Amino acid sequence: MIVLLLYVAIFALAFVAYRFWERKRHHLHDFASLKTVTFGDESAVSPNRFASVVSIIALFAIWGAFTGSAITPLHVPGPFVGDSSFAYTARNAAGETDEATVYMRVYRVGEDVPLPELPADQAGFAMDDALKIGAWRSVLARPNENDTGGEEDGYSVIAIDGQPIAPGDTLRFADGEITMTSKGSLSIKPDKGWQMEPIWLPAPEAVVARLGEIASEGYKNVSLWEHLGYSLGRVIGGFVIGSILGIPLGYAMGLSNWFRGWFDPIVEFMRPVPPLALIPLIIIWFGIGEEGKIILLFLAALWIMTIAARAGVSGVRISKVHAAYSLGASKWQILWHVIVPNSLPEIFTGARVAMGVCWGTVVAAELVAADRGLGMMIVNASKFQLTDIVILGIILIGIIGYGIDILIRMAEKWLVPWKGRG
Amino acid sequence: MGNLVIDDLSMRFDLPNDGSVQALKNVSLELAKGELLAVLGPSGCGKTTLLNIVAGFLAPTDGKVTLNGKTVTGPGPERGMVFQQGALFEWMNVRRNISFGPDMAGRPSSETGPVVENLLRTVGLQDFGDKMIYELSGGMQQRVALARCLANDPDVILMDEPLGALDALTREKMQGLVLKLWKETGKTIILITHSVEEALLLGERLLVMAPRPGRIHKEYRLPFAEMGVGRDLRSVKKEREFAERREEILGMIWDMEEEIMGRQEEPA
Repeated sequence: MIVLLLYVAIFALAFVAYRFWERKRHHLHDFASLKTVTFGDESAVSPNRFASVVSIIALFAIWGAFTGSAITPLHVPGPFVGDSSFAYTARNAAGETDEATVYMRVYRVGEDVPLPELPADQAGFAMDDALKIGAWRSVLARPNENDTGGEEDGYSVIAIDGQPIAPGDTLRFADGEITMTSKGSLSIKPDKGWQMEPIWLPAPEAVVARLGEIASEGYKNVSLWEHLGYSLGRVIGGFVIGSILGIPLGYAMGLSNWFRGWFDPIVEFMRPVPPLALIPLIIIWFGIGEEGKIILLFLAALWIMTIAARAGVSGVRISKVHAAYSLGASKWQILWHVIVPNSLPEIFTGARVAMGVCWGTVVAAELVAADRGLGMMIVNASKFQLTDIVILGIILIGIIGYGIDILIRMAEKWLVPWKGRG
Repeated sequence: MGNLVIDDLSMRFDLPNDGSVQALKNVSLELAKGELLAVLGPSGCGKTTLLNIVAGFLAPTDGKVTLNGKTVTGPGPERGMVFQQGALFEWMNVRRNISFGPDMAGRPSSETGPVVENLLRTVGLQDFGDKMIYELSGGMQQRVALARCLANDPDVILMDEPLGALDALTREKMQGLVLKLWKETGKTIILITHSVEEALLLGERLLVMAPRPGRIHKEYRLPFAEMGVGRDLRSVKKEREFAERREEILGMIWDMEEEIMGRQEEPA
C-alpha cells in the first residue's frame, strides 16, 4: 500500500516537473506539436521517452529503497539492529517484587555476534538476562527462568518498563514490541522497519551478483546459457513445427469448403483450451522429456497459426484474385503469388501471439517438470528460498520475451513493408 | 474477325427465403473488334453482373457469351480486367505488377522486359518502374492497372469503374489516357461507369441499362470518343450536342431512380 502510494507520488511529481521543464525549453514546430487538440487524437499521442526512463529509474529506486540497496541513496527505515534492553518487574510466590533487565543484541542474520554482557552485580531475586535476536526475527524468552524461585507457582512477570502486563497483552519497549503469551513467556519482536528481508526481496545488486555467479558457474551443474538455450530451443522447435503444419492447414481451411468444415470444430474447440491445461495429459502420455514439451508448444502454436493463416486468406481482396485469374494465373500461381504474400501481415501477427503464448507455456511446463530451463531454475530456487535467483529468472524471462517480440516486429517490417498501406 | 457476342443472357439469384432476384433478363449484344462500349445505369441494374459474366467470374443462368466463337466458361487472359482500386499487388514493384501476366505464362524476361518499358512510357510512368505500389498516388495506381492489363495483350478489356475512386482532375486526365490507349491499341473495351459525362466522353457506343430486372434500356452510337482522341476533353464537353445528350440521359436515369424510390415507398 505504501509502495503503491509512493509510486503514484513519483509518477505525479515527475509529470509536473517535466511539464514545468518543457514549458521553459525551446519548441520544435513539427506537425504533432502544433496540434491544439491532442486529447482524443490518437495519432498525436506517442510514448514520452523521458517518462519511460523515469519510470524504469523509479522502479529501481523503489526496489532499492525498500531493500536497503547500495544503488539508492535514500532508504526507508530498516530493521532495528544493535543493542537494546528493557526492564521487567517480577513478583514471586511470597508476593515480593523485584526488577531486572533483559539485554538483547539484534544482529544481521549470517553475522556471528556474541551475547551481550551482563552487569556483574545481581541484587534481589530477579536476575538479568542476555539474548541474541536476528534482524526481522522474534524470540520467545522466559526471563524468570534464571530468577531465584522463578520456576515456582505464583511467580510471574507483572510489568515491562513499568507498564503492567498480563497474558495476551502487547506492549512497546524502546526498540520493539513484547507480547505475553498465555503461559507467561515473552515474545520479543524488535522493530522490523519498512525494508524487505532479503529472502522476500533481495536488493538489485544481489540479483546482479547472482547473475554473474550463475553466468560463470551455472545453476545445478548446468550453465545459464544451457538453461536459456533449452527454454528457447523448446519454444522455437514447437513454434516451427506448429507453423509448418498450422499455416498450410489454415490456407486449406481458407480455400476449401471441405477442409473448413472438417477442421472448424477441431480448431474452434482447441482454441480456447489453454495449453497449460494440457500439461498433465502431455506428461501422462509423453513423460517429462523434451518430446512432451515440444509437443505441448507445438499444440500451443498450431491453432494460433492456423487461425492466422485462415484469416490471412479471408483477408485477400476478391478483386486481387479476380485480377490474377484474368491475367491468366493458375490456382497454384494465385496461391503462391497472391494469397501467400497477401496473408503475410496476418501470419506475422499470429506469429507474435504464438511466440508469446509458447514462451509463457514453456516456463510453465518447466515449472512442472524439467531438469533444465529457466522455469526449472525458478521453481528449484524457490524451494531453497533463493529469492534472488527467482527474481533473476523472472527478469530474464521478461527480457527474452520482449526481445523475441522485437525481432518478429523487425522481420515483419522488413518482409511486409506494405502492411497497413495497401 | 474477332468479336464478342452476348447472347440472350439472363441471371437469376436464388435467395435463402425462396425468393429470387432477376439481375439480368434477356440481354443481347454484339461488339466488333476495336469497339468501346460504355455501360451506364442506376445501381442495381446489373451492369457489374454483366461484366462479371463476360469476365467469366459468374456463370449465367441462361444464355451465353462467346469471344471469337469460343464460349466463355471462366476467367482467361484473353479478357483483361481493370478494377476500381486495390487490385494491384502491393508486394511487387510497378514493373513486376505490369509483367505479372507474361510472368505467369512463363515468358522469359528478355521478351517481356521491353514490353514493360514500353508500357511504362505509354502510361507516363517511365520513372516509377521500381517504386512500390503503396508509394504511388491513386491516379498512378490506375495507370499501373491499365498497363498490367495491356501487358497481357488481351482481346477484350473489361473496366469496372476504373476511374471511380479518383478526384475530378485526375479523372479527366485518365479519361484522356483511356481514349489514347484505345486508339493506339485497337482493343475492344467494355467500360462500366456511374458518370454520365464519362460514359458520353469515352463510349463509342453507350448502353443505358434499367433495373429490376436488369435489362438494356437504350443504346446510343456517339461521336464524342472519336472527337476526343488527341484533343482537350473539356472542349468536347462544351459541344452543344454533348450537353443535349447529357441532359437526355441524366433525365432518363433520374426517372428510373424515381421509379425505384416510388416503388419502395408503396406499402407492401
